[in-house]
Amino acid sequence: MTSATVLGVLGALVVMVTLFEMLRRRRLREKYALLWFLIAVTALLAAVVPGLLLAITDLLGIALPLNLALFVGILVLFLMTLQHSSDLGRLEERSRTLAEEVAVLRLEVEQRRKEQQAERDAPAEDE
Amino acid sequence: MSTSGPRILVIVPAWNEEESVGATVREITAANPGIEVLVVDDGSVDRTAERAENAGALVCRLPFNLGVGGAMRAGYRYALRHGYGVTVQIDADGQHDPAYLTEMVAALDHSDIVIGARFARDGDPYRVRGPRRWAMVLLAAVLSRIAGTRLTDVTSGYRVANRRATMIFAMHYPAEYLGDTVESLVIAIRSGCKVAQLPVDMRPRAAGQASASPVRAVIYLSRAVVALGLALVRRWPATYDEGVEHQPQVVGAGVDAS
Repeated sequence: MTSATVLGVLGALVVMVTLFEMLRRRRLREKYALLWFLIAVTALLAAVVPGLLLAITDLLGIALPLNLALFVGILVLFLMTLQHSSDLGRLEERSRTLAEEVAVLRLEVEQRRKEQQAERDAPAEDE
Repeated sequence: MSTSGPRILVIVPAWNEEESVGATVREITAANPGIEVLVVDDGSVDRTAERAENAGALVCRLPFNLGVGGAMRAGYRYALRHGYGVTVQIDADGQHDPAYLTEMVAALDHSDIVIGARFARDGDPYRVRGPRRWAMVLLAAVLSRIAGTRLTDVTSGYRVANRRATMIFAMHYPAEYLGDTVESLVIAIRSGCKVAQLPVDMRPRAAGQASASPVRAVIYLSRAVVALGLALVRRWPATYDEGVEHQPQVVGAGVDAS
């Protein structure tokens, strides 16, 4: 076993254990966990079977296996960040909608309270 | 309550406008007796809400600052739930003269949205120059084309909407800067609303200053182009609008937007 293999396997294992622990403590939603788990499995595979990366590199006509690994890594990170931006936008929109609802409801509650107050006060004044 | 016709709600989005909001509310009610005013306090840190309440307005307090778009959508939702037939948007800074209101509401007989517009006639005292002016001209040209009528001031925050347009706005009023005016018009036109304008004179702001540096003007121009471009290519209704329940149809309500 080369040191590169050991490093790759260790890295992938650390990611998987962390994922498991975070899921167990409910610190991570399943949909994100699945994504990270797939990435960890791919890294593990690439570390254990070095021939796989070499074969794909040859197939695509790329000079260095490292180039392919870096390219794929950056692409995956980019896509995940994009996904997070989109999630963030949706969350913002939801919190905005909630804020608007809360503001309208608060006004309605205050109006209702004033109406009830007026109803209570009105008979007292008549008698 | 107004004596005849639909109930009218004036929505005033206000963010840290304690200097002018009271006077604005009083002026609106003085010029239009019986009209109801809803000030939407957009997360102000000053006494905007208190001043508005003292002036006799209903006050809706947003828990944090959402921008004009958020404030207006909250107002439109309130109007829809409480059965108002006509909604009016007026800025809190005193730029808009409420004396035009009657005329604008009357113009709803022939359209769904009426914009109180600057630059609509010769001798208009309101002047804008440089990139900000180019942005306004560009936006006006494109929107006039898709609306099929001449519009000179599409970024005006002075407008009147009937129930049909209010319903569309209550569901799809955009939050983004410039989106609130430009994009909302595009949405309304795409949903089949008829837009018209009425020439009005706008006054200098009662308090505070509109930003006028050249850099800001250029930024304004680019944002205007982006907002317009996006508004034109987007699909409506937007996919972000989950969580907005379909409003119950009240008697006399217009056609649903979708």
